[in-house]
Amino acid sequence: MNMMSEAAVEQAVNTKAGATVPVKMKARKVGVFYGDKQALFDVDLDVREKHVTALIGPSGCGKSTFLRCLNRMNDTIDGCRVTGDITMDSANIYDPSVDVVELRASVGMVFQKPNPFPKTIYENIVYGPKIHGLVSSKAEMDEVVETSLRKAGLFEEVKDRLQESGTGLSGGQQQRLCIARAIAVSPEVILMDEPCSALDPIATAKVEELIDELRENYTIVIVTHSMQQAARVSQRTAMFHLGNLVEEGATDHMFTNPDDQRTQDYITGRFG
Amino acid sequence: MPEESKVSAASAHTVSSYDEELQYLVRRISEMGGVAERMVEQSVHALVNSDHSLSQKVISDDLLVDEAERQIDEKAVLIIARRQPMASDLRDIIGSIRIAADLERIGDMAKNIAKRVIAVEGLGQPKKLVRGLEHLTELALNQLKDVLDAYSNRSPEAASIVRERDEEIDAIYTSLFRELLTYMMEDPRNITACTHLLFCAKNIERIGDHATNIAESIYYMTTGTQPDNERPKDDETASVSVSAK
Repeated sequence: MNMMSEAAVEQAVNTKAGATVPVKMKARKVGVFYGDKQALFDVDLDVREKHVTALIGPSGCGKSTFLRCLNRMNDTIDGCRVTGDITMDSANIYDPSVDVVELRASVGMVFQKPNPFPKTIYENIVYGPKIHGLVSSKAEMDEVVETSLRKAGLFEEVKDRLQESGTGLSGGQQQRLCIARAIAVSPEVILMDEPCSALDPIATAKVEELIDELRENYTIVIVTHSMQQAARVSQRTAMFHLGNLVEEGATDHMFTNPDDQRTQDYITGRFG
Repeated sequence: MPEESKVSAASAHTVSSYDEELQYLVRRISEMGGVAERMVEQSVHALVNSDHSLSQKVISDDLLVDEAERQIDEKAVLIIARRQPMASDLRDIIGSIRIAADLERIGDMAKNIAKRVIAVEGLGQPKKLVRGLEHLTELALNQLKDVLDAYSNRSPEAASIVRERDEEIDAIYTSLFRELLTYMMEDPRNITACTHLLFCAKNIERIGDHATNIAESIYYMTTGTQPDNERPKDDETASVSVSAK
């Protein structure tokens, strides 16, 4: 890859990604260092607009590290250094002029463990829009609460207890509350780091259903340890191993006939 | 690509019981293939030599093949439910189901030939026709043997060769078809025997087709792609006629 010219890399990535679909975020030669230790090597990846991109790979392969580069969550880790370029709509997100708080509003994130604020359901949703100055009147707040909860498929379940604590909900509901909270600030991209690993199969199915609906309006990148989940929810899959992007391709292809032996071994349960 | 599939078939799953389950399918398919092969051989042997007890054996052996297909199907469904297989494993399992179905049909064809032994007996089959039938059988059995070897060796190349060669069987079948028609025209007393032989020849030609299907399944299992070129065909019996002179 190092031998390839920039244009050739561009060509190769575009051809694989199918150049007809607009690219929302673009990573080029992205490397991540934790102190002296390099965790990610020269990752070239296109995140396609209004698609679900799944990042898979064994523990420690760099998939979560890569995900956290996309909204600069790695900035919060001491000694962490990111090299290479990441752009969203052609604008460099690591440019010094970028307001990181704004960036994280447009590139929202949902974590492995549901982490609602220890506040009411209502407060959980309006907190973000308020600090970003998106809402001011009570009517506006009511509206953002309802639309966000509706988009997250949670409104009907919680509409009569919006003033109750968000932490009192079931795990699956809490996770959908976190998704609603991310949606409330009108993001363009939603990052999900193993959003279902703490949920039972029914709650998982609801979140997966939600991801499928959200795809209409948002670009989604999801890290998952479940191959079946990646196969079910995503259109594109990227496989990481030892800090390298092994291959990226259409999900249907990746799970029936992957090009790389490492992908084949990983998804069939042969890594040892 | 074939290299890749060989490697992965050899390397073990983290969960070893998964390997055992996949191995079970491979073993059962090979056994089933062996039985089907023998049935075809014995059915034609019984036909040519009017061997009743051998034909009875072929008829009863068909139960073994039917049972094997059921077991393979059940195991395949169980593995899918239990392991949610991906990539080459998934293709292997789907391939096993398809191949078992083709082998089961081959068993049926052999049984059908065996059933005709009584009808054909004593009608004095013309030697030349019998030889034609034997030759056709030889080709079909070769195809079956080679495709089963291609299965055990996971060889898409060997499978492709089998697929290409089906043309030969079709050509022989077409010429046998013509000959049978000619015999019937020459002497109406030949019609009963010839009609039965015609069905036998058709069965054998179909066995060749099933071997081709199996070859295509093997190609898909091992490479993940379908063989792309249209298979050569030389079965022209649909347009064959012999006019009375």
